[in-house]
Amino acid sequence: MPINAAAKLSRKLFAKDIPELPTRNGFGDGLLLLGAKNEKVVVLCADLTESTRVDAFKKAFPERFVQMGVSEQSLAAIAAGMALAGKIPFIASYACFSPGRNWEQIRTTIALPETNVKIAGAHSGVSVGPDGATHQMTEDIALMRVLPNMTVLVPCDAIETRKATVAAGEMHGPVYIRFAREKSPVFTTEKSPFAIGKANILRTGNDVAIIACGPLVYEALLAARDLAKMGVEATVINNASVKPMDEVTILAAAKRCKAVVTVEEAQAAGGMGSAVCELLASEFPCPVERIGLQDVFGQSGTPRELLEHYRLTAPWIVKAAQRVIKMKR
Amino acid sequence: MPAVRREVPSLTEKKLLTLEAKANEIREDILRMLTTAGSGHSAGPLGMADIFTALYFHVLHHNAKKPTWAERDRLFLSNGHIAPVRYVTMAHAGYLPKSELTTLRKFGSRLQGHPEARMLPGLENTSGPLGDGSSQAAGTAYAAKMDGAAWHTYCVMSDGELEAGITWEAALFASRNHLHNLTWIIDRNNIQIDGYTEDIMPLEPLHEKFAAFGFHVIEIDGHNIREFVDACDLAKATFEAPTVIIAHTIPGKGVDFMEFEPAWHGKTPKDKTELNAALRQLRTLGGKIASEMD
Repeated sequence: MPINAAAKLSRKLFAKDIPELPTRNGFGDGLLLLGAKNEKVVVLCADLTESTRVDAFKKAFPERFVQMGVSEQSLAAIAAGMALAGKIPFIASYACFSPGRNWEQIRTTIALPETNVKIAGAHSGVSVGPDGATHQMTEDIALMRVLPNMTVLVPCDAIETRKATVAAGEMHGPVYIRFAREKSPVFTTEKSPFAIGKANILRTGNDVAIIACGPLVYEALLAARDLAKMGVEATVINNASVKPMDEVTILAAAKRCKAVVTVEEAQAAGGMGSAVCELLASEFPCPVERIGLQDVFGQSGTPRELLEHYRLTAPWIVKAAQRVIKMKR
Repeated sequence: MPAVRREVPSLTEKKLLTLEAKANEIREDILRMLTTAGSGHSAGPLGMADIFTALYFHVLHHNAKKPTWAERDRLFLSNGHIAPVRYVTMAHAGYLPKSELTTLRKFGSRLQGHPEARMLPGLENTSGPLGDGSSQAAGTAYAAKMDGAAWHTYCVMSDGELEAGITWEAALFASRNHLHNLTWIIDRNNIQIDGYTEDIMPLEPLHEKFAAFGFHVIEIDGHNIREFVDACDLAKATFEAPTVIIAHTIPGKGVDFMEFEPAWHGKTPKDKTELNAALRQLRTLGGKIASEMD
């Protein structure tokens, strides 16, 4: 099994009883760690304290928690003002509203002046489920990665989300962190490496490179396992640091495999896969398939139904891999 | 750090005359600067020259040589398009050489068309997209209150931008958090790009709106420096609520063909002849302006 030992993945990686947690839990845990470490850390929340998991921070550091009400535009700009006065604000809402509703305030008051604000977008992707399309944010990666000065992190499980939250709080500058509502397998461990600007190779193979971010990284690993049964060896890369992107690791994998599949629970247009294509177009053109929402909005349903309907699961990654391999010269 | 109230110093008659003369010099430099730039806004900067002069030369605790001094009062500008009045006043106060004023809106200049905080120390905030400044100022005032800081946060904003919903989000926030260390200064000149505010999207009764939002509301003549200074002192004496100073101003103040004329909101004197006509008025009046001479 060519799982990369250095990735220190869970021993229960493919076990039926692999523990599952929503990535947003990692955000809550990360905030608690940061809050204890640095008293400049403050949390602003737009009326979604429990569901964005900032309630634990609120309980532990009530004097550093700010209830904003349903006011996402001022949420961003007020946080920017606090950062100008030396605070390290995290702003928490659903991704549809922040950065969905307040993109201009993020651009003007956070990205352009590089204020030290961290934007946490909860309930991203179609796996939000029954709430339907209005609450399933699929355009946020595209919206945020085009902003100069913005770091964009899409961690793959609850443990990595905690690490990403802490790393965001410890770096200076604007960061967007994206997480999901639904439980997903916790397949990394405490020892798994995480660093902003670094992609992690989870599995090595020379036939196709599958580059994924967010909870769908697990689907990419399942797809690689299925491909192996068919004699196809895939590299799987966890590309959690969408921006800055680890161009060295991604280029090396593309050059070795000469065929790429990208996987994300977001619009295929403009997302992480597009960022990979931008790199490959100038450095190493090769066949690429982008798994993601194909210019459509989500709808109500169970998370699983929706992931399958929009072709975001392992069997669809397998098919995409087979297509790009066929296109290789 | 103890939350000490820092007084606004009393304003002597002699100082008042000095400030009025200074405001007139600032108006002249605004017109020269805008004519050189060839684009920009005339009416707002001229209308706010008295208030900016009073802020930088009397009200604010600041140090032009140490623009990032931690204990300085913070002055935010929300309607970034009136940046010329801020740049000129800052130049007169020693933040930048006056010779730099000719670079407004030019490639490589620190004096961007709309202010960028990181380009020029002392600007405090980046603004231009209307409505965002009041929130930034509220966030800074909130942080200052958390830290028990003695300094005060001011935000200059336009009346037109009150049409933006974010302003009222910030008003709810400032009131709910009793930001007594925050003062908003509204340039109530009644014009915006497309015409008069009350035709486009009526804002009145503005005083009552802010009162209902929990603000301490003061209305003044925005060209009466003494009234403005007194209002700032009253704002500092308020301990439970944020203050809003509604400053009634004349857009284009001091140049008769610009006054009250929406067409001058977003343009500059087109040539030397037009500039000289405007400067002549300001000079001959020696600080007294046309509307007061009628």
